Amino acid sequence: MANVLVVAEVSEGKAKKTTHSSITFAKQVVAAAGGSFSILVIGAGAAGAAAELAAYGAEKLLVADAASLANYTAEAYAPTVAAVGKGFTHVVATASSFGKDLIPRAAARLGAGFAGDITEVVADGGAVAYKRPMFAGNAFGVAKVLTPIHAITVRQSAFAAAEPSGGSSPSENVAVEAPSGAAARVEFVGVETVKSERPDLGEAKTVVSGGRALKEKFDEVLAPLADVLGAGIGASRAACDAGYAPSDLQVGQTGKIVAPQLYVAIGISGAIQHLAGMKGSKVIVAINKDAEAPIFQVADYGLVADLFTAVPELVTAIKAAKA
Amino acid sequence: MKILVPLKRVADPDNANKVKIPASGDKIDTTGLEWKPNPFDEYALEAALRLTENGQQPKTRAGEVVVVTFGPKETEATLRGALATGADRAIRVDTTDEQLDGDLVARALKAIVEKEKPDVVLLGKQAVDGDNNQVAQLLAEYLDWPQATFAATIEEEAGALLVGREVDGGVAKLRVKLPAVVSVDLRIVAGNSVYSTKTAKTFKYNDGVRFAALPAIMAAKKKPLVEHKLAELASDTALKVSYSTYSAPPARKAGIKVKDVAELVNKLATEAKVL
Repeated sequence: MANVLVVAEVSEGKAKKTTHSSITFAKQVVAAAGGSFSILVIGAGAAGAAAELAAYGAEKLLVADAASLANYTAEAYAPTVAAVGKGFTHVVATASSFGKDLIPRAAARLGAGFAGDITEVVADGGAVAYKRPMFAGNAFGVAKVLTPIHAITVRQSAFAAAEPSGGSSPSENVAVEAPSGAAARVEFVGVETVKSERPDLGEAKTVVSGGRALKEKFDEVLAPLADVLGAGIGASRAACDAGYAPSDLQVGQTGKIVAPQLYVAIGISGAIQHLAGMKGSKVIVAINKDAEAPIFQVADYGLVADLFTAVPELVTAIKAAKA
Repeated sequence: MKILVPLKRVADPDNANKVKIPASGDKIDTTGLEWKPNPFDEYALEAALRLTENGQQPKTRAGEVVVVTFGPKETEATLRGALATGADRAIRVDTTDEQLDGDLVARALKAIVEKEKPDVVLLGKQAVDGDNNQVAQLLAEYLDWPQATFAATIEEEAGALLVGREVDGGVAKLRVKLPAVVSVDLRIVAGNSVYSTKTAKTFKYNDGVRFAALPAIMAAKKKPLVEHKLAELASDTALKVSYSTYSAPPARKAGIKVKDVAELVNKLATEAKVL
């Protein structure tokens, strides 16, 4: 029997959407192994966020709300996650920057084996194992966690966001644990958020990515296409290394892994390390003047053309099609 | 400042398509793979070198960088490469990848930290073979040290590091008092990402990692490299995670080439239905 603890991500008193992928994971584990799941809502203002999560079928909402948790640090959160997690068989969060930072630290406190960024729950006798991408998505392995508690992060794009299923999970407060020694030696200074009208790369339904071929015209060419598609903008590593695009736009093995409904690769040759970051996309379009470019091997629709004429044409044609 | 940099060798990520999985799926076949240092660990080494020098006078060391790897004898090539780039000493823990998981690496690193007493452990956010992203966080907890993961910038202060962390939608700044564990992300090798207290804030490094000059490669052969046995460092060598049933990713079905923009838009609207 599984008893899964979902660690919700709270931001400004609200549960972040990332949490809903972990809820889907929890439901899958329960379906495979029996049992139930609860949600730990941790952070300043957690009580408000917990109310939003009451209708998702959790056995309990465990609320750890304290002013001392106002600014997330792993050092401040891990002791409470571990103290609550001790009573569970699985401790899971979504592999956002929050989950990736926190869950391994909590795993160390729990003596739990960790499997990160998993994409599938695999039935394994009466228990579960986890399929996860390795070698930049060039192989998948099944991770079997050998400790009584499993510490897991799940890839958001591989677990559809859970929908409310009705009911109202009872909520109870849990004690916020005293911080560890390390917590006294870390100070949260602030966050500089990137102000952008465009959807975040990880959440965008459409991504338009550019390669080195765009040169200094990276924005000039891509922005109108991204605008008309309501897309996030990504870039190849070559474009980032050459300074044509900021490196936080990089899609690939060493950058962001995306899996949108539509991925449009402009002037990207399709190096292995780039393909690793986008080949899970539902529909892939590639525009490149080199007909032999490896990107065409993964593209559903390929257009061999000069991007500097084809992209503006495409913008006009999409506008017309949508009108 | 003394910095410990754990380095892992991985299958060359630019040739990762050469990763072979036998029909049995019981392992990843590594024969014939080319080995390279994990790119994120190379970035960590570059950041460590920048923190132990004045950027204007990189030939004069102003601190110590100790590199450590886990693996058989041939992984010493990875360590010699790091020594040639500027690291001062090296440690190899004799073992093989099959005997390790991230948790065991973290526990063994803890023992090395207790011997070496570095101010900072600086490492890549993940190795591009296992792709777990865990060792820095595990090690920080085992040491009860603060952690600053996914660092895009590091600025040395008196007794502390001011670290800009890559988080969803922006950069979060953390100040960690030393000793601390820092894992690095891509942007750490930009020209203005890392400053020791000795390097002027107006100084800009070349983007990317530095390369070893030939004399440095020769000199690196004389730099100290010691070997430890894994069992000396970790009393419990049981693994917490095992892997099986490897498989290749699902192949995408072959796509088509369209003749022009009009056909592309038509297909996207009527066939793929994504417009």
